[in-house]
Amino acid sequence: MEQFFEFFNENLILIYLLIFTIVLGFEVISKVPTVLHTPLMSGANAISGVVIIGAILLIRQATPDDYLTLSLGVIAIILGMINVVGGFAVTDRMLEMFKKKK
Amino acid sequence: MGFSFIINLSYLVGAFSFVWGLRLLSSPDSARRGNIFAGIGMGVAIVATMIMPLVDAANNYAWILGGMAIGGIIGLISARRVQMTSMPQMVSIFNGLGGACAVVLAMAELNNYYAGINEMSLGAVGIALFTLFIGGIAFTGSLLAFAKLEGLVWDSTVTLPKHNIINMILLVVTLTLGIYLFLNDSLTLALVFMALSLVYGFSFVAPIGGADMPVVISLLNSFTGLSAAAAGLIYGNNLMLVGGILVGASGTILTVLMCNAMNRSLFNVLIGGFGGSAAAGKSLDGDQVAKSVNINDAAIQLFYSQSVIIVPGYGLAVAQAQKVCKEVDDLLEANGVDVKYAIHPVAGRMPGHMNVLLAEADVPYPKLLDLEEANAALKSTDVVVVVGANDVVNPSAEDDPASPIYGMPVLKVWDAKTIIVLKRSMRPGYAGIQNPLFFHEKNKMLFGDAKDSLSKLASEIKTL
Repeated sequence: MEQFFEFFNENLILIYLLIFTIVLGFEVISKVPTVLHTPLMSGANAISGVVIIGAILLIRQATPDDYLTLSLGVIAIILGMINVVGGFAVTDRMLEMFKKKK
Repeated sequence: MGFSFIINLSYLVGAFSFVWGLRLLSSPDSARRGNIFAGIGMGVAIVATMIMPLVDAANNYAWILGGMAIGGIIGLISARRVQMTSMPQMVSIFNGLGGACAVVLAMAELNNYYAGINEMSLGAVGIALFTLFIGGIAFTGSLLAFAKLEGLVWDSTVTLPKHNIINMILLVVTLTLGIYLFLNDSLTLALVFMALSLVYGFSFVAPIGGADMPVVISLLNSFTGLSAAAAGLIYGNNLMLVGGILVGASGTILTVLMCNAMNRSLFNVLIGGFGGSAAAGKSLDGDQVAKSVNINDAAIQLFYSQSVIIVPGYGLAVAQAQKVCKEVDDLLEANGVDVKYAIHPVAGRMPGHMNVLLAEADVPYPKLLDLEEANAALKSTDVVVVVGANDVVNPSAEDDPASPIYGMPVLKVWDAKTIIVLKRSMRPGYAGIQNPLFFHEKNKMLFGDAKDSLSKLASEIKTL
């Protein structure tokens, strides 16, 4: 229990961020109309590609002869990048079609 | 000092752009700007991560740039090439890759920790294990969803007898191992844990049928978000945390909406109740005969009506009939017929699937009615044209308590004056449930491929 209190006290700002983001996320996303649910999913998908940041940090901190970590990192970067670039590009393609007509 | 201020500011900009970008998605007019906004925020954050000062870092930029180039090109090409009808597959596979990325990261961090290369607190180990688990499910689950949507595998080929019990055992074993690993360090067992999570992801999607795909895809989307957020906690990176949670929230909301649209609980969807009890429900009398209509009569009926509502379903996507559908719409509109579209929330294989197809065919979105609007409008509609939809227009949901879909909100197409169902044959829909609508006194069947029938209708209307 002592450990938990310590963790809580030390990471208070992070816990605030966590809770507020959850509330904010639900508020913002519940306003997205049904028409745009597919672009919402693919756009959200692109945002989940933010894990690529972790992959970049992993590679940058690896020693140059640690080929295991480097390879894993490169795989993660490729996967994350497909997610980010593909996700935003395909969402843009869809949303372009939703322009107001007439 | 000034430099790390710029880095922190970049992350703040990134987090803000995600929230604001999603906010702009609240209207079709601003949505495109929102997506671009979020994309730019992501770009800023990636650049900041590349240049931020790290103590004793070897950087290995060649590896990073190489990986980014490969991933970027693959992503761009697939985004350009994919057809709008295949959007559910595309979203699934991208989603799976995000999960896989989180799994690789968590495994790499754990490996370094077990090898004594870096320090990790007990909390961080727990979070890494959580990332492995949830990211693993998102990865293989999405891959199987993709394969099912592409028609590469059939539900029956990947479902074992007593599948739900096997799933339950697998889940308990995996979680138990997870708890053990939380308290004891072992690289081998961590790999086993990862493997079990991957198997569980596959096994958990296996029994879920095609009509339930919108729920599964939404749920997997939220899992990927959670795994990204968890990975953010490992790296102490606020932006990853914010981005991941937003995606998790989006996936969760969509999952709830899809479940509500079918009037079923998530648990019920996950144990695959829909397909399983399909044999139940009122069986139709063998001597009931569905009336059919020929192209000519259907064309006349549509042409001289005042209002028409088109109900699209997965069949529209399969037949790639969205553009011909719009052609018929235009021809009717030219004669003063009021044409609208009724979109059921679970029509198609992912949330909003039909809306995207119709947008591709240049149908203005104000013509698309949601479930409630459509049911109000159907009462004063002359002709309803059902194109490749089945379960969402099934009257059993209203009046047959024995039917597996009883209680699901449906489009009450029988309130309109006449109904024309475009269908290839009398076979029941994906869920395997009989549809008494086909035998309804107001209904006539127009047999044939949806695209084919619609183009024949279009040329017939032109001659009138």
